[in-house]
Amino acid sequence: MQNSPLPFRGGVGGGDSQPLCNAAMPHPNPSPEGEGLLKHLFLFLLALLGLVALAPVAAAQDAAPAADDEPELVEFDTAKVRRIAVPALVAPSPADTPAGNSATLGRQIAEVISANLRNSGLFEPQGPAGIRPITIEEVTAPQYDYWKGRNVEQLVEGFVRVGGDGNLTVGCYLYDVNFGQELTRLGFVVPPREWRRAAHKCADAIYSKLTGELPFFDSRIAYIAETGPKGKRVKRLAIMDSDGANHRFITNGQSTALTPRFSPNYKSILYLSYQDGNPRIYVYDIDSGRQRLITASKNPTFAPRWSPDGQTILYSMAVAGNTDVYKVSVNGGSPVKLTSAPGIDVGGSFSPDGRQIVFESDRGGSQQVYVMNADGSNQRRISHGGGRYATPEWSPRGDLIAYTRIAGDFRVGVMRPDGSGERLLTDSWQDEAPTWAPNGRVIQFFRTERNSGKTSVWQVDLTGRNERKLPTPVDGSDPAWGPVLP
Amino acid sequence: MTNKARTFALLLIASTALAACGKKEVENLPPVADNTTYGNSGDTTTPTGPTIVPGSQEDFLQSVGQMGDRIFFDTDRFNVDTADQATLQTQAQWLARYPNARVTLEGHADERGTRDYNLALGERRANAAKNYLASLGVDASRIQTLSYGKERPHALGSNEQAWAQNRRAVTVVVR
Repeated sequence: MQNSPLPFRGGVGGGDSQPLCNAAMPHPNPSPEGEGLLKHLFLFLLALLGLVALAPVAAAQDAAPAADDEPELVEFDTAKVRRIAVPALVAPSPADTPAGNSATLGRQIAEVISANLRNSGLFEPQGPAGIRPITIEEVTAPQYDYWKGRNVEQLVEGFVRVGGDGNLTVGCYLYDVNFGQELTRLGFVVPPREWRRAAHKCADAIYSKLTGELPFFDSRIAYIAETGPKGKRVKRLAIMDSDGANHRFITNGQSTALTPRFSPNYKSILYLSYQDGNPRIYVYDIDSGRQRLITASKNPTFAPRWSPDGQTILYSMAVAGNTDVYKVSVNGGSPVKLTSAPGIDVGGSFSPDGRQIVFESDRGGSQQVYVMNADGSNQRRISHGGGRYATPEWSPRGDLIAYTRIAGDFRVGVMRPDGSGERLLTDSWQDEAPTWAPNGRVIQFFRTERNSGKTSVWQVDLTGRNERKLPTPVDGSDPAWGPVLP
Repeated sequence: MTNKARTFALLLIASTALAACGKKEVENLPPVADNTTYGNSGDTTTPTGPTIVPGSQEDFLQSVGQMGDRIFFDTDRFNVDTADQATLQTQAQWLARYPNARVTLEGHADERGTRDYNLALGERRANAAKNYLASLGVDASRIQTLSYGKERPHALGSNEQAWAQNRRAVTVVVR
């Protein structure tokens, strides 16, 4: 990456083009400059505007990995664990904000970056605890020799400034210690209460740059929070950041809530509620707190999914005991029935291009995974490994389908869309209902304990080696991962 | 970078800022409260007392006997077998005695199926029971179905015996 000098200094940012409202807002780093930075900013903004779909922010000008049609799973290089130092971000002139002092925020941002990288399983971060603080000068002139002595390969440095309008400017730099070279840099302006988003964006840039994968930390999860005895669980709709922070309950538990899905723009959530006594799918609007049924039908509806463009809702409906898959416009109108086999056709998940749907059916005698065109044509079975296959979920990257395999125990696995390359990722009594990280390289699911019925949300990467439980205030099930935040 | 490009970048910043406006933290607003209760009385102990109202759920349970309010299914199945038929015939006799009584058939599955499939399976089981009652002359319009999938197990263990009790369709008199 070149970092050629610019014809002007400090021309962008510096508080003169602050966002006009208090929404999260990426922004150029005010202190350092360089063509590389502006180029990154430019690409980043294009990505935000949807002009560069899912381009890795920082790696865009380097060879970002293109999504192959049939990539080998080994391309996800997880054998290498990268040693990376993450000292606290510097606050050159510490100031109080509603979210705390900026010096404290600098440390907390580093903590979130470090935790994100560690939890991905692909990094062995040092710091911010236990490593020395850095100076503001070091942010742009790292002491490579010192960090070599710490036996790290990469170094993350940055700063936090409080602007005149009270917003934070967060600068984030990634260096290769051995080559003495800057790898990427990013700047963000955020309201103090959204400081975690700056940390996630920074961690995403580091993750993307060093693994070649698309980002995923700056995203949110909808799930079902569970309490109470097994025979009478209280199930509430809840949302949280991808790392479990900023947790919020949406429903109060008076009616059982199940199987939520964030809309692609995070404005609403599809979920099942027994609110009127029967299982029905509602669209819950996050801003207004209002919700509505997706169909006027009195029949039970369940297993809701969004199309990738957020314009179509896929769902299952039972009529006189026979369940089929339907789709309906998000604006209402007549539902289209996509399956008609006798028996249970249920669930379903769109391919990222919206042209195909993977679903499950017991038309052949037991639950198996089928693929069809989005208009219902060309239905064909793709699972052939023995046992039952359920809850298929198409990766946002398109290359894989995740599922629950039932052979006594429930395990989460992945296969290619043609059914080949089947691989189980987890091994427990009941692991159910995978949902993909926005980069298609990490999966969340929920695990149920035998006898007690206690549930928890877990995460695993495609190697199956990096598995961990997500922190939730109470038990959790039915996780649904949303896209990377705009 | 040229000044022109720089201006463009600034315009993009501004437009992104505007686009981000209106995003605000929302309060925890639960959907409207409802009065639905779960499990209904199908899974609870019958209150005994001198005042059992004819045609009520209590009357029904006393009439059909211990576990006579439910039929059981094999794993992944929804067929009504001979034992189930006898149970449903007893229920049909009671329903014939109280032609104004309406019932809900609650369909359940054990915990060894996935959530959505079990909702579909519970619905299938409830409908199988409904259809059999209808074949015995009970007006189908008196029978509603309701699937709980695996959400409301009756037996709480994770073993064959518990699962067998949970694969059920329970008839509950609507009050």
